[in-house]
Amino acid sequence: MDYGLDTKSTRLKTFNTIFIITWLLIACFPFIWTFWGSFKVRADFFSRSDWWYAISAFNTLIETGGQFTTNAYTQAWTEGEFWKASKNTIIVTVFVVSISLFLGTLGAYALSRSTEKYAFWILMAALIFRAMPHITLVSGYLFPFFELQIWGILPTTIVVLVAINQPFTLWLLYSFFKTVPKELDESALIDGCSYFQAFRHIIMPVMWPGVITAGLFSLMLAYNDFTVTALLLNQENHTMVPKIQSYLGTNQHEGNLMWAVSAVVSATAPLFMLVMFFQRQVISGLTAGAVKG
Amino acid sequence: MPNKTFFWFFLPTGLAMILFIGLPIISTGIQSFYAQHDQVVKEVKKCDPFGCTVSIVVDNEETSKIREAKPLGKFNGFGTYTDRNHLAVDEIKKFWNETESFGAFVDQVTNLPFYKALIFTLTYCLFVTPNVLLLGFIIALSLNAVARKIRGPLIFGTILPMIVTPLVGSLVLFWMIDSQGIIGANIQNLMNDPYLSLKSSKTLTWITIIIYGIWHHSPFAFVVFYAALQTVPQEPIEAAIIDGATRFQRIKHIVLPHIYPVVTFVALISLMDNFRVFEPIIGFSAEGSAQSLSWLIYDNLVNEEVILFGSAAATSMMTIIGIAILLAPVLIRTWKEFKTAR
Repeated sequence: MDYGLDTKSTRLKTFNTIFIITWLLIACFPFIWTFWGSFKVRADFFSRSDWWYAISAFNTLIETGGQFTTNAYTQAWTEGEFWKASKNTIIVTVFVVSISLFLGTLGAYALSRSTEKYAFWILMAALIFRAMPHITLVSGYLFPFFELQIWGILPTTIVVLVAINQPFTLWLLYSFFKTVPKELDESALIDGCSYFQAFRHIIMPVMWPGVITAGLFSLMLAYNDFTVTALLLNQENHTMVPKIQSYLGTNQHEGNLMWAVSAVVSATAPLFMLVMFFQRQVISGLTAGAVKG
Repeated sequence: MPNKTFFWFFLPTGLAMILFIGLPIISTGIQSFYAQHDQVVKEVKKCDPFGCTVSIVVDNEETSKIREAKPLGKFNGFGTYTDRNHLAVDEIKKFWNETESFGAFVDQVTNLPFYKALIFTLTYCLFVTPNVLLLGFIIALSLNAVARKIRGPLIFGTILPMIVTPLVGSLVLFWMIDSQGIIGANIQNLMNDPYLSLKSSKTLTWITIIIYGIWHHSPFAFVVFYAALQTVPQEPIEAAIIDGATRFQRIKHIVLPHIYPVVTFVALISLMDNFRVFEPIIGFSAEGSAQSLSWLIYDNLVNEEVILFGSAAATSMMTIIGIAILLAPVLIRTWKEFKTAR
């Protein structure tokens, strides 16, 4: 903050700059390094003899004849069937985002306009639901889903992710709806609109920033989820994150580490682009509940 | 809003939450009282010219019949809760009577799977949460001091660790600090110890996972604190400067009291998130030396032979109780505020 009166000494400024540069290095370097390494062969990126091979590309030159190779990507996407995983991720993400926004806006609008006591208790219950570890919920799902024979398919996972996502979406949209003045929809009601018409034609048009923020967070939850997708989907329907885990290998079978590296880069890149584009919304969403409450 | 309108607006989301969050918790509760069936054995008499032998074999047909008739398993009451893999009541009694010193007793108890996981989970929470608050606050203060023009890209770089999924985040770090990665190899050179690696030491594994936790969660604290810092009023700070307050005094007496509610919010959220630590253990393949409560549940659910629903459910219920204890102060406070407001 520029306080006008506040003068910073040069020493403090230098110290501050060094600190920020160090932190940014810690925060970003792992991603840059993984991106760099994904274009090498395994013997270079996970070098047993000399880590410098990852930079000099010693083995990559021998094996492929070039400094960089996209072998890991082509193999993971074709042989490793990463295309299928990304297709599943797209399906899950699109449905989860649209359904949870639809349910969330309706519910949060009602909560923000209700003066009854139960609205408060519903919000508290949502807070408790938000705190539940996902794995405990999954342990509750598995048995009934096996019995009903709806385990392993995408629609089940989509519905579960929507439900898990609701408490957070409700809280987020609730705090956004609170900022829209009540007079706006009250005047519409006096003019003869029903509540739904007021919601649809008066409130929604001014709510886009909030809806975009809530959508981004639903997207990140669905896209990043591991616990639910790994345990509720069968091998065929795995999304990207459990697929990456399957490349790592287990005690029984050797994984293909370079596939995992390239898959990590392929899965992370779209997310980074999105956040770069919508940075303002992400930050306003993270702070919406905090600063006002 | 009239109750009837409220009902219709809230029905879809309420139904989703009741069906897929409320009911599963009840389902977990019920499952925790059941255990998987024992295998049915039968005696088979085998006679040959030298005499008859009686051997005991598993009757597969009969076993699967029972499994089909009662898929939930046999009723076990609180048996699963008290068995060796959970609260281990009998074992603890035994250790209490047998061990000489208190230290030896604690040693024995912390080797039991549930207590081992509980201790790791609590240690993780205890070290990660305060450090996340501290680091997040320092980053927010220092980013707040740079020129407005370059803040955008700096904020983007800062929040990267937060937006990737924990599994990917931990993998990316693991590949660097593994003995074959860039940092791991260099540490080996520096320490002159070619066998030094993450997997070889329990303490090192714990420290790594805790550092990962701080790395992953600090950006969240940063974002919230940064936004809160924008709302700090200017006048009291200017007055403090004129009165000769140092920078540290200004932060302590003006900035911190102003953003105090936000600090409790961040502490609560990160405590809740840290309590369910699970993916980093898979990412760092640290199952051997670090297990959390969530990981225990996961391990039961991916069991190869038969899924241990009862065992997983019992651990889940105890995790939920843990969360409830963590949340209790907040809920009680909100309830008191709500009562006085009425």
